[in-house]
Amino acid sequence: MKRIYVNEKWCLGCHLCEYYCAFANSGKDDMVKALKNITINPRIRIEEHNNISFAVSCRHCEEPLCVKSCISGALSVNDGIISINQDKCVGCFTCVLACPYGCVMPNDDGVMQKCELCTKNAGGQPYCVQGCPNKAIVFEER
Amino acid sequence: MKYVIIGNSAGAVGCVEGIRQVDKDGEITIISNEPYHTYSRPLISYLLYGKTDEQRMKYRPDSFYEDNGVKTYLGKEAVSIDKDNKKVILNDGTEICYDKLLVATGSRPFVPPMDGLDKVENKFTFMTLDDAKALEKAINKDSNVLVIGAGLIGLKCVEGICDRVKHITVMDLAERILPSILDKDGSELVRKHIEKKGVEFILGDSVAQFTSANTAVSKNGLELSFDVLVVAVGVRPNVELVKDIGGEVGRGIVTDERCRTSIPDIYAAGDCTESMDITADQMRILALLPNAYMQGETAGITMAGGTKVYDKAIPMNAIGFFGYHIITAGSYDGEEYVKKDGDSYKKLVTRDDRLVGYILIGNVERAGIYTSLIREKRPLSSIDFDLIKEKPQLMAFSKRERAKTLGGMK
Repeated sequence: MKRIYVNEKWCLGCHLCEYYCAFANSGKDDMVKALKNITINPRIRIEEHNNISFAVSCRHCEEPLCVKSCISGALSVNDGIISINQDKCVGCFTCVLACPYGCVMPNDDGVMQKCELCTKNAGGQPYCVQGCPNKAIVFEER
Repeated sequence: MKYVIIGNSAGAVGCVEGIRQVDKDGEITIISNEPYHTYSRPLISYLLYGKTDEQRMKYRPDSFYEDNGVKTYLGKEAVSIDKDNKKVILNDGTEICYDKLLVATGSRPFVPPMDGLDKVENKFTFMTLDDAKALEKAINKDSNVLVIGAGLIGLKCVEGICDRVKHITVMDLAERILPSILDKDGSELVRKHIEKKGVEFILGDSVAQFTSANTAVSKNGLELSFDVLVVAVGVRPNVELVKDIGGEVGRGIVTDERCRTSIPDIYAAGDCTESMDITADQMRILALLPNAYMQGETAGITMAGGTKVYDKAIPMNAIGFFGYHIITAGSYDGEEYVKKDGDSYKKLVTRDDRLVGYILIGNVERAGIYTSLIREKRPLSSIDFDLIKEKPQLMAFSKRERAKTLGGMK
């Protein structure tokens, strides 16, 4: 299965992946309109310390502890992609307790969100990958 | 192969999904004394709170049994197991043969003997969908509710009904709320938050006697009046089916790391079992939905001839009240690192170069990174502990490790 991989040596720490993620999941077709005057809440997040930076998003684990731990049945695996049914989620945070990479977080309405590889928005290649100016984030089969 | 599962909640569903990873064709039968499609029991408080409904709280889609080739006996109770002839006997006399059997019978509310309790008509426990429905019928905007038990179940019940009743009093014998998961300071923070919603706590006290259908007197001499009583002091595992046929039972049904009981071809999972808490090196009942699922899955895979072990059990809880979140894991015996910051509270407990427990209140972001350190018994000397203390982050791990987890390096 194709997954998102990051190469921290090439990460510039520019945070563009975060903005592209927020745009892709905004439901709007214009990036400026989608992001103007808002605090973004992206599903991919940059970690930074000293001169190191890298992006972190859902690993789509083969042994997904978030799915196994989900108390409502909102998280499920479909063709290897871990997705969330936000209509079923009650925001109990058990997936936050379980995810070893810290990749599930609440959306602005208090239910959980996570990277779904842009399968539920415009589709095709994940937007964070498209938006990375230095190819530090790739979408590949390995 | 004939698989039979007694129970229809997380352990049972984990078992079905475990079996089907290995065996696509074997017959699976589920027996449950509840008449419902599999639903999430921990969501009953969210049901009363209005955050879900009966359709959305189903733990798996409507097509789950059909998709997995499962035959169901819902609303039927398994009354005994005939281990010699490998049959389960139901309350209507039906006999169901098995090759492999899973006991996932869960637990039941424990109602301690209390003087005069039989006088109280409006009394409830809070564990099943039927419990929630019955409680919902009994309450209204004018109700005064007395909840006995300030643990996870009692307080989630409080959250669920808070906006729908006039007043709630919570009483507990313990000096603090949520004593099973919180320390003194954390407990106080959460109590103050819940008190803001008008909930009254009476701690370090218990009911001495119910003097009428609507009144009680406490050990400390307080007189209490109420319209509705909820008893949520604890649960007891349903071990009888296994105990009655000589299976080994401690605090709960004893299983090995592949979820086998001491009786051949009988497995057990979930709240009816005890497991090895790797943070305390002792057998405990870890009655938690994620653990039940993972035990059930391990049992299912093993029953179908596959290989899987369940050997990383730890106590862990994510719980919240009125938007204030708490995540805890492990045990709290060791060296402590504590940080308070406004409404947020963090305690990390280490022992022998390991993180063995933590409490996060308020800011619970990325808590799973801490959980993973506990579960994997990660030596703290192999990571940057100062960074981890600051917040859960992958920056604390080596570049090489990140190249594997994030970079896909094998």
